[in-house]
Order: sequence, then C-alpha cells, then structure tokens
Amino acid sequence: MIIFTYDKTFEGLLTCLFDAYAGKVFPDVLQEETSLLPLFYDGVYSIVSDPTKAERVWKGLQKKLSPTALTMLSASWLADGFPERDMLLFRVMHKAIDAPKTIELNFGDADVLQLSRIYKQVRYERMRVIQFVRFQKSADETYFAAFEPQHNVLPLTIDHFQNRFADQKWLIYDMNRQYGYYYDLKSVSEITITDKGTPLLKGILDDQSMAEDERLFQKLWKTYFKAIAIKERTNPRKHKQDMPVRYWKYLTEKQ
Amino acid sequence: MTDDVLNKLKILAESAKYDVSCSSSGTVRRNTNGGLGNTVGGIGICHSFAEDGRCISLLKIMLTNNCMYDCAYCINRRSNDIPRATLSVSELVTLTIEFYRRNYIEGLFLSSGVLRNPDYTMERMVKVAKDLRGQYFNGYIHLKSIPGASRELVTEAGLYADRLSVNIEIPNEQSLKLLAPEKSFDSIFQPMKFIHQGILENGEERKKFHGAPRFVPAGQSTQMIVGATPETDQDILYLSSALYKRPTMRRVYYSGYVAVNSYDTRLPALQQPPLVRENRLYQADWLMRFYQFKVEEIVNDAFPNLDLDVDPKLSWALRHPEFFPVDINRADYEMLLRVPGIGVKSAKLIVMSRQYGALTSFQLKKIGVVMKKAQYFITCRELPIMSIQELKPEIVKNLLLTPKHKKGIFNQPELPFDPI
Repeated sequence: MIIFTYDKTFEGLLTCLFDAYAGKVFPDVLQEETSLLPLFYDGVYSIVSDPTKAERVWKGLQKKLSPTALTMLSASWLADGFPERDMLLFRVMHKAIDAPKTIELNFGDADVLQLSRIYKQVRYERMRVIQFVRFQKSADETYFAAFEPQHNVLPLTIDHFQNRFADQKWLIYDMNRQYGYYYDLKSVSEITITDKGTPLLKGILDDQSMAEDERLFQKLWKTYFKAIAIKERTNPRKHKQDMPVRYWKYLTEKQ
Repeated sequence: MTDDVLNKLKILAESAKYDVSCSSSGTVRRNTNGGLGNTVGGIGICHSFAEDGRCISLLKIMLTNNCMYDCAYCINRRSNDIPRATLSVSELVTLTIEFYRRNYIEGLFLSSGVLRNPDYTMERMVKVAKDLRGQYFNGYIHLKSIPGASRELVTEAGLYADRLSVNIEIPNEQSLKLLAPEKSFDSIFQPMKFIHQGILENGEERKKFHGAPRFVPAGQSTQMIVGATPETDQDILYLSSALYKRPTMRRVYYSGYVAVNSYDTRLPALQQPPLVRENRLYQADWLMRFYQFKVEEIVNDAFPNLDLDVDPKLSWALRHPEFFPVDINRADYEMLLRVPGIGVKSAKLIVMSRQYGALTSFQLKKIGVVMKKAQYFITCRELPIMSIQELKPEIVKNLLLTPKHKKGIFNQPELPFDPI
C-alpha cells in the first residue's frame, strides 16, 4: 500500500497527481500530513503543494475534459461527509488523463458515477442556498442571512446573489464553517465575524438590530405563507420533503 | 404599509390560492445595470413550500377579489359572502419589491376578479407591471389576462410581463355555459390568440431589429379544473394536446376541483379533491411533452380515462406487450423512453454510457433505472429475467401493485408444532 500525505487542499491534490506521474508511483491512500499512519504500508511520500505543478495538471485536464466535467471536479471538492472524496477525485483524474478519449460520460464506471452523485449533491445544496436564504434588513440597511449548508457551497452561490441583488448591501454567513460573504454595492469580500457579542451570530436579528420596517414585512410574509396553503390538500410529507426541516432554523416563515 | 395591508394580503392570497400555476421558468432576463433582480437560466426557483406541499415561487395574489361574474366553481363569485379587498397599485409594487429583496420570492403572479369591466381591471394590472419595471425590477412577472380584455391592453401587458395566461377552467363549452353563463369559449380563446400572434410577430421583429423589446418571452400557460364537470380524461388531454401544438403554449395546469361552493347543486359534492386523477393527468402531460407520446396513445375512444392504479406510461406498456422486451444496449432513445422505470435522465445516461461497453442490470440500477418496474420490460446481455412476454400483462400489473413483504419477523416461515 502506497500512501501520499498532503495538505488537504485542492492544489495539493493536483500536486499529488503531478508527482505521481513524475515518479511513476500511484497512491492507494491519501492522507493529511498530521494524521496517523496505518500499521502496515509499503511506502509514504510526503507531497508539498506547488502552484505551478497544480497549474500544469489542471491545464492537462482541460485538454481531456469538458468545462462541465472540470466544474464537476472542483465543485465536488467542496462536498462534506465523504472522507474518501479526495481519493475518488484522484482516481477519476488519473483515468481521465490516461484514457484516449474523455471518460466523463462513462457512467458505467463506478468512480465516474460516484463522482457525478457527489456533484449532484453539491449542486442541490447550492440550489437550496439560493432557494432558502432569507434576508433580514438590519438597522444599517444591510440585508443579512444566516445559513447552515451541508456542503461548503457558499462560494458557488455568490455570483448569483451578486447578480440578483446588485443594488443592496448584503451579507450571507455560513454559521457552521464560520465565514461568509459581504457585498458593499461594489464588490464581494470574504469575511469572518470576530466580535462574539454581535446579534448576527445568533442568525436571527433582534428588534434593536433590525430596520424599522423589517418586522412588518416578516409579518406580512408569514401571513401570506399561511394564507396560500389549501387546507383540503394539506400534505406534510411533501412539505418536508421539498423543504427539509434542517433548513427551518433560519426560514422567516417557519419562525 | 400598515396592518391594513396585512389584512388585505391575507384575503387576497386566500382568494388566489386555487390557481395552481407557480412556475417562474422559461426565460432569461438579465439584471440591468445596478437594478434589482434577474430571471436565471430559464429555470424557475422555488423559494418556499406551503403546508399543502405546493411550491411558492411567485407572490401569487389578486389585485381584487371583487368580481362581477358568478362562476359556479370559483370562490370569488359574486354571490359568495366572503370578505372582499382591493390592493392599490403602489401597495402591490412595494410588497413585490420588498419580498423580492429578502429572497422570499422570484417575482409576482398577479390575477384579479373582474371589477366594473374587463378593460378597467386589465388596465390596473398592466399599471402594476409597468411600475415594477419602471423601478428597475427585473424579476419574473406573470399576469393573468382577463377574459374579454381588449387587444391593446393585452399587447401592452406583454411588454412588461414574462408570461401571460388565460385560464380555460372548464374543458367543454356546454359545461362552461352551464357553470359560468357570463363567459364563453370565445372570450377565453380570443386573448390566447392575441398573445400567440403577438409572440410570433415579435419574433419576426426581433429578427430584423435586435434591440426590439421582447413580448411575453416566457410564453403563455393555462389551467383546467378537473372533476367539476363530467368530461373524461380524453376530452381534457385532447384539448391540452391541441393547445401544445401552438409553440407559445408552454404549460397546461390541471387543478383538482376543491368543493369551495358546496351549496351549488350544479357541481358534484366531493369530499376530497381528485388528487390521484390530477396526478395521472400531469403524468400524461409529461408523456406528451417529454416522452414523445402522442395523445391518442395515452387515451382514446376505447380507453377514455386514465388508469388510477398505475401511471399512464406503465398502463401503455401493459396494453402493448408486443413492443417489449427492449434491448437496453441496442434500442434507440425513443424506445428507451417508453420503458416503465426509465426516465428522461436515465435514458440519456444509458445512450451515453453504452458506447463505452455493454451495460449490465447492476449498472442500470446504479444509473437510476427503477429496476422493480423495468425488469419485466428489458433485456441486457444477461439471462433474461421473466419478461412481459413470458408473464401475462395482468400478472405483471399484479406483481407491481402488491407490496413486497417487509423483511423481518413476519416473513419467517412458520413451523407447525403439534402440541403434545
């Protein structure tokens, strides 16, 4: 068993691929540098992240795969809850480089299919952020939203929000991963809230920190949400299926 | 904006909720420099889901629920004693924009009762759309065209709205006359024709002048009520199919009749809306739009109503065993689409993947084919399992309808012990 240790970044993963081809040794296991090695193994190689190597691998992949497939690779990297995803990505990229023609449509291949599944989950989660983000207008006219996405998908949604809400200041914050994006009417920047006492970290604004008319619009929206349902057709199962309970925490209409 | 609006919003949302259309799809509208909103990639976004499981994409609301008509199936009919309200144009504009800014909605779906006369009502609806666009709002706007509104107003509405719709409601002229004496097929199909012609003319114009304004870019839709009148599924689906022949008709919605006016004896007294039938109609609609089925294959004179037990595609397959089993590795895309258990996505995946090598049933399952259904209708290089040719269609139907025994204690064989 060959083990590569690296820094668990996407750049590092691409460097692993470069070094594997350079040394003609391909890993069976990828590990973080700090984690414990297994009892038995044939060799350990420590890979140091190198932007130029990573760049070359990515350029090589661009020749082999379509832009969609490349997005699939980089977006799947953001998935959480798949400890083996780096090895999976490694195998797919390895196959893609070796194969004479593109492998991205070969869903008979277990790795390609698995990767497309993970990508699908990431895409769905991105869509959920776009669907279920609820802005609250704060006293300083910034529209604030808290979210707890399952995968680390906030970066994939920023273009959408920047495009759509171009004329309002907004802040979307990932409560689990403790970072977010702030738009100041000109550009978007990544931020982390350091002040532990701020009401923002509760996710739901209180009366002091919200704008004057915010409470009214929340009330209007909740009223509308109740009124629009047809009682004769109540279907709690479908309701929860399409809007899973884990998102209710910050949904205005579910407060 | 006061609590008064809150009350009006409640009344008018409750009046609007029986309209099922919700989609915000079919067009791309970019955000103009620094404005608010856009309509993305031609797909709609559902922002919330109501307790009845229906999606909330647009702020679906009525301008007013005062109405001069007395249609038997409608909650807002003149003779009903319900609270009435009217929202002003500026209130509607503020509500839409403020909801949109908070990411509650994708846009506005405005409909209305008929106040004074069709043109008076239509004019105010157009004003709402115009004012929204005037405030650089690029979200989705769906306007209901009032039956009997003049061509000029429909044309103006089309310049601001992404979608226009006129509801047919009752798929048969005699039934319509019975339930809605003030309406006629003519007053419904006339505006539909205006919209259709407007879109086609606009298409020609935009070929000549690239900057010409767009007219109803997301096309039109309509709705039919199911179960309020004695029409068969054949009547309904033939009408839908005829409507879909016009390329500007994007969606026909089916609305299971909710007995809102149970006192009216012209209507059936339903305890529950016909939800299964409604679902089967949507499935049949999908077969026509995405699965290349012709309407006469789904329903015909010998088979005027859809089977409520099984979906229309399976029902077709059971009536036509001669087409099966289908060889997954050879059959063309059109035939793959007809296999129960294979959807559009899996059919596409199969066509793409089989050029790398023959597919096995294990891979089919992984790809997402519902093997529970598909197994009776396909072969793939392995030894065929029992197909519909060996079994009879009735047996296949029974096999698919009876639920498998749950695993566990109930499934263990019983050992007969004789008491000593």
